[in-house]
Amino acid sequence: MTKKSGPAGWQEITTGCVVLRSGSASEYHTGTWRSQRPVWNDQKCIKCGICYIFCPEGCVSQTEDGYFKANLDYCKGCGICAHECWPRAIAMVEEG
Amino acid sequence: MIEVRWHGRGGQGAVTSVELLAQAAIGVGKYAQGFPSFGPERRGAPVAAFSRIDEKRIKVRSGIYKPDVVVVLDSSLIGLVNVTDGLKPDGILIVNTTKAPADVKKELNFSGTVATVDATAIARKELGVPIANTTMIGALIKMIKVMELDSLKETVEHRFGRIAQKNLAAMKRAYEEIKISN
Amino acid sequence: MAKRVGMEVALAVAEAVGQCNIDMAAVYPITPQSHIGEHLSDLVADGKIDAEFVTVESEHSAISAIIGASGTGARVYTATSSQGLMLMHEILPIASAMRLPLVMGIANRAVSGPLNILNDHSDIMPQRDSGWISIFVENGQEAIDVSIQAFKIAEHKDVNLPVCVNIDGFQLTHMVEPVEFPDQELVDKFLPPRVPFASLHPSNPVTMGAFAMSDYFTEILKAKDEALKNSKKTILAVWDEWAKMFGRTYKPVETYKADGAEILLLTMGSMGETAEIAIDELRAKGMAVGLVKLRLWRPFPFAEIKEVLKKAKKVLVTDRAVSFGGPGGPVCGEIKAALYNEAERPAIYSYIIGLGGRDVTVGDFTSMIDKVNREEVNTDTYEFLGVRE
Repeated sequence: MTKKSGPAGWQEITTGCVVLRSGSASEYHTGTWRSQRPVWNDQKCIKCGICYIFCPEGCVSQTEDGYFKANLDYCKGCGICAHECWPRAIAMVEEG
Repeated sequence: MIEVRWHGRGGQGAVTSVELLAQAAIGVGKYAQGFPSFGPERRGAPVAAFSRIDEKRIKVRSGIYKPDVVVVLDSSLIGLVNVTDGLKPDGILIVNTTKAPADVKKELNFSGTVATVDATAIARKELGVPIANTTMIGALIKMIKVMELDSLKETVEHRFGRIAQKNLAAMKRAYEEIKISN
Repeated sequence: MAKRVGMEVALAVAEAVGQCNIDMAAVYPITPQSHIGEHLSDLVADGKIDAEFVTVESEHSAISAIIGASGTGARVYTATSSQGLMLMHEILPIASAMRLPLVMGIANRAVSGPLNILNDHSDIMPQRDSGWISIFVENGQEAIDVSIQAFKIAEHKDVNLPVCVNIDGFQLTHMVEPVEFPDQELVDKFLPPRVPFASLHPSNPVTMGAFAMSDYFTEILKAKDEALKNSKKTILAVWDEWAKMFGRTYKPVETYKADGAEILLLTMGSMGETAEIAIDELRAKGMAVGLVKLRLWRPFPFAEIKEVLKKAKKVLVTDRAVSFGGPGGPVCGEIKAALYNEAERPAIYSYIIGLGGRDVTVGDFTSMIDKVNREEVNTDTYEFLGVRE
């Protein structure tokens, strides 16, 4: 798990607690929450992109050959992609 | 300080009257307030509005309960509303009516000065509408003499633009035609 | 010197806001605030000021819209009253936590129920702990002045907090009275353009309103509390500058004939000047009475209020709202808290007055003081002035 770092005392908190550095959320690797991971069967995949649309984490992307994959640094293993995939091309596989 | 209570019906312009009077008085260097009876505005329902005019800064913000002057914009309110309520015994009652002031004085059994003017007829003639609110300002100015009638000119012109002259003419006529019974 | 003109105070407030080079306003109409929003909308529509006027579908949206606009660095304004303020309630502490400078005019009005549209302070009191700077005015001129000052206070680099200007509904908003507007050139000099500490812009993304759990929440609220307390320095400095530029002085706690007074009457808002007349009458009769007018409600001016009140024998605190089942009116509660640690402190009497537009006359003030003088009321309870038994 990524160790969070931030101000210690109240005086060090930015005005309004504004996060001035963009993209800092990407440092938080939510993939550590995952107990199952999605595995695509490209034989069944019809490249419809439903998994990409439904992924609440935004971690599914399309590869150069048109199939899909998840960025496992951020995939929480929720299984929504597998649930929505109507050709049943995605299987949720136990981690570890 | 002079305190005036105006009686009218919602839509007859009592609030406009107190606004114009206050603005004109302030325009000539006096201190003044103009305010409605606070609350919902209902067309046709009896309403009141209030004026205060003084030479020095006015601090009081509570209601007016013992006015020096009462102006009645619509004589049909007499009998419906107690228009002399709290009016000082030596105060002035100004009514828009065709009746003679002595008759109104007797009818209301009021000890002070009563003045009447047929402001509705004047307004109908000069403005083309039977709305007597500005006309009655002329009648009031005649009775309280806090400023010249001309002092209203700038305020009325600012407010009414191209129909300002008609309003000023109506005010002048009421100023001249008002009848007084002491 | 600016010319004195007669104008309805609500319109005057809109004119004053129009002098402040605002970028955006979002206002939803509600009596007795509506004339402020309507006139501001006129000023924008007539091209007299260069700003966006966003017509929103509720007060909740009005406050949310100006928060968003303020986040982009804009100078923003809204105004509301009563139920509108209650609808904004959930958003108010977010604005202060995000440290966004907003200015809101409140035409103070009773909160339902029963439904009532007239003046008291029951709308602002539930917002007391939302982290806003809260200032009361007592006449049209103050409504103009403080509406302008509010932008300078809110946007100051040491403050960055929302400010609400409490303007008693009807008694102030619907009153045509003499006011004077400061010269535009001087207002521009007094109120330079806003310099935001951060702003929402695609070229430099930032996160505003981030999530915080127990590991940071306390520190963030502590920072907000310190910011609000610390804002008093800026408020005093802004009032000082205003006095130098425009000749009218503003203090967190104003006094009238308070020197040597054994009994002090305390008011907040538009009844202050009416109360002055009562003080004049009683002083003329030889009574050692004075008046204290609380202008700055938040941050609460503890030092100033202690300094003024501690020498008196009795203090009569008037409240325009009820803290149901509580220790007295909300103002009285603060006054008691402020004086608790003083070795010598006055007896404090609590009166709830002027609820839902009920008129309070000079005679009402003198009779309250008279009752306190003769100890016909107790310090361990609170009285509803004129309530029918």
